[in-house]
Amino acid sequence: TFTSAASESNLIRATLFPGDGIGPEIAESVKQIFKVAKVPIEWEEHYVGKEIDPRTNSFLTWESLESVRRNKVGLKGPMATPIGKGHRSLNLTLRKELNLYANVRPCYSLPGYKTRYDDVNLITIRENTEGEYSGLEHQVVRGVVESLKIITRQASLRVAEYAFHYAKTHGRERVSAIHKANIMQKTDGLFLKCCREVAEKYPEIKYEEVVIDNCCMMLVKNPALFDVLVMPNLYGDIISDLCAGLIVAILAREVLLLLRPCMVQHLILPERIVHGRIKAVLSRIISSEQAGFVEGRSIVENVLFVQEIIAEIRKRGKPRNLNLANPTALLLSSVSMLRHLELHDKADRIQDAILKTIAEGKYRTGDLGGTASTTEFTNSICDHL
Amino acid sequence: TNRSFSSTASPRAVTLIPGDGVGPLVTDAVEQVMKAMKAPVYFDRYEVRGDMKCMPEEVMDSIKKNKVCLKGGLMTPVGGGVSSLNVQMRKELDLYASIVHCFTLPGLPTRHNDVDIVVIRENTEGEYAGLEHEVVPGVVESLKVITKYCSERIAKFAFEYADVNKRKKVTAVHKANIMKLADGLFLESCREVAAKYPEIQYEEIIVDNCCMQLVSKPEQFDVMVTPNLYGNLIANTTAGLAGGTGVMPGGNVGTDQAVFEQGASAGNVGNEKILKLKKANPVALLLSSAMMLRHLEFPSFADRLETAVRRVIAEGKFRTKDVGGDSTTQEVVDAIIAAVD
Ligand SMILES: Nc1ncnc2c1ncn2[C@@H]1O[C@H](COP(=O)(O)OP(=O)(O)OP(=O)(O)O)[C@@H](O)[C@H]1O
Ligand SMILES: Nc1ncnc2c1ncn2[C@@H]1O[C@H](COP(=O)(O)OP(=O)(O)OP(=O)(O)O)[C@@H](O)[C@H]1O
Ligand SMILES: [Mg+2]
Ligand SMILES: [Mg+2]
Repeated sequence: TFTSAASESNLIRATLFPGDGIGPEIAESVKQIFKVAKVPIEWEEHYVGKEIDPRTNSFLTWESLESVRRNKVGLKGPMATPIGKGHRSLNLTLRKELNLYANVRPCYSLPGYKTRYDDVNLITIRENTEGEYSGLEHQVVRGVVESLKIITRQASLRVAEYAFHYAKTHGRERVSAIHKANIMQKTDGLFLKCCREVAEKYPEIKYEEVVIDNCCMMLVKNPALFDVLVMPNLYGDIISDLCAGLIVAILAREVLLLLRPCMVQHLILPERIVHGRIKAVLSRIISSEQAGFVEGRSIVENVLFVQEIIAEIRKRGKPRNLNLANPTALLLSSVSMLRHLELHDKADRIQDAILKTIAEGKYRTGDLGGTASTTEFTNSICDHL
Repeated sequence: TNRSFSSTASPRAVTLIPGDGVGPLVTDAVEQVMKAMKAPVYFDRYEVRGDMKCMPEEVMDSIKKNKVCLKGGLMTPVGGGVSSLNVQMRKELDLYASIVHCFTLPGLPTRHNDVDIVVIRENTEGEYAGLEHEVVPGVVESLKVITKYCSERIAKFAFEYADVNKRKKVTAVHKANIMKLADGLFLESCREVAAKYPEIQYEEIIVDNCCMQLVSKPEQFDVMVTPNLYGNLIANTTAGLAGGTGVMPGGNVGTDQAVFEQGASAGNVGNEKILKLKKANPVALLLSSAMMLRHLEFPSFADRLETAVRRVIAEGKFRTKDVGGDSTTQEVVDAIIAAVD
């Protein structure tokens, strides 16, 4: 699955999972922009398999995982796990197998793009391997169930270490540990203790502790109060989505009716990728059991449904290439990747070009209230490079 | 309900806990307004501090006798082995339902204009079970306990509340995609109860999505029913949208007793500055007192109090700093007393 055999020695190899649904389209956008910006990266493209690989017990192959292990860095588009077919989620497989313990979600308001809160500029860092997501649950007696939350010193230290390191290397000033240690004194208490230990090694970074309920309230009253937030798994899940909600666009009612909400996980911008014309076929594609796009379903599910719908429509050969998706989220993730690789000048150039294109407002994809195609939007970014 | 219209209604005793921080300031505000209104209540006052080992027995006895209590905030120490008095109280009195009413007050500038959400939160189990232990050094576990019994009664409470208050929709908040058994049991209970109220719409939403929807489109929610921890977060998020700690009323209700307090204190009992300047916002606890008056079946007094508070907020001349003004607690109280007809 190598894309090119060319091996200039100064090229950095990175794994690319274009993913399903809109994935390949937005991955194409990243590839094009990287090429124009002369980013010294050579992609190793991997696709999700058609069959379960027994070595990973997932549609993700062993080779794919090996590729990331070898390259140490990868960029991934959205991946759909068939729902209710009893297989491990692809995202979960990736996180578990590669031990991706920190889930980093930057969240900021984009200049020139009207949202209810225009002063958001924060990073949520979520512990991603333990906590409430242990999956350890049992029924004690009929009608009484227990669910275990596990916090370990090791996992807490490494995510705290990551948060402070991130803050330091990204010019951030403050790290807030989010907790509920007044109630969960031992578990969240341990998490806090680890954060404090790490904080001592970074005297130049301010450290504070905020109780999660207070954090929720402060975030909606004044998100500018926060900088970098680090927290256990469940809190991170909730807070990162809450932050994404802060920067959802205020769109005209008519536009809202045309578009359905959807967000891609890990990414920065809420993406609305399904166009009104899909509404007509929705009921034929989705069974009532799978009430995707119905308000109240989780984001993950919604993403999966968009992808399934698009895949389905493609299969039926209706609109050839929808070319409607907004690649911004994946692009900004690729900028994060460049920073991770310390290619800061490239990262700056690409980020500037993206922000300029959005601020200029000439080419906007449907989700941002415009009519531009993915390609037009991408070309405009290339022009700004 | 006839009672309440006559001024001869027999007065009710209410246990009063001024509490920590701004608590004494705002409970004093309530006492003044109640007195000015000649509301048929009188207070049995008890000094309690959040850092006490446990709730004094005489206080618990008083609440058990009076059946109704009004309290200021009690600080919960973080760590240090002292368990929260708030939690102790809820457990001992079995105050199984926490109600927080979050709504935009006309005249108050907020980022959202049509918030009117009632968060009904299971208050006795879940993540607050307090069962934690160290497995080996460096590994600790915390148990979240969900029971059919508690889930059912909170669901019943929520639907009953919706029914009585002519609300249209109940939304259950959960994370059953991850906590399949625990939150699954909660959902199952809600569904069963929902089936008995066909005229009330029932929906389910996953907690992370819920928070995102809340901050972007809060007007879509009506009554929410939640397990313990999520309710705490949802109530505080919603309160933040609609004006904050200083204006959100709430109460904790059980089979026999009820305790009314600020709805979304977020562990916040105010800071030094606010205490020194005496500028705490009395609105939240005054609105909680209106809830209390309604609970005591004095609805006309409740209405009068609420109307007066709303009028003062709408006029905008007397507001504390947290809602964009510069008045002291007393100035707001005086304005409210003047506005009570
Ligand atoms: N049985 C399990 N054991 C441990 N972790 C799990 C288990 N099932 C799911 N997870 C974890 O749960 C999370 C997925 O659920 P969640 O709904 O929180 O998704 P998410 O990453 O927050 O995505 P989104 O932002 O789209 O909601 C992942 O972090 C995954 O690693
Ligand atoms: N009734 C009340 N209960 C709790 N806190 C209150 C109340 N009234 C006012 N407050 C104060 O309001 C503050 C919350 O308002 P907000 O966060 O807008 O102000 P702030 O930014 O903390 O003020 P400052 O600039 O003094 O730090 C809390 O700090 C709290 O001390
Ligand atoms: Mg504040
Ligand atoms: Mg999530």
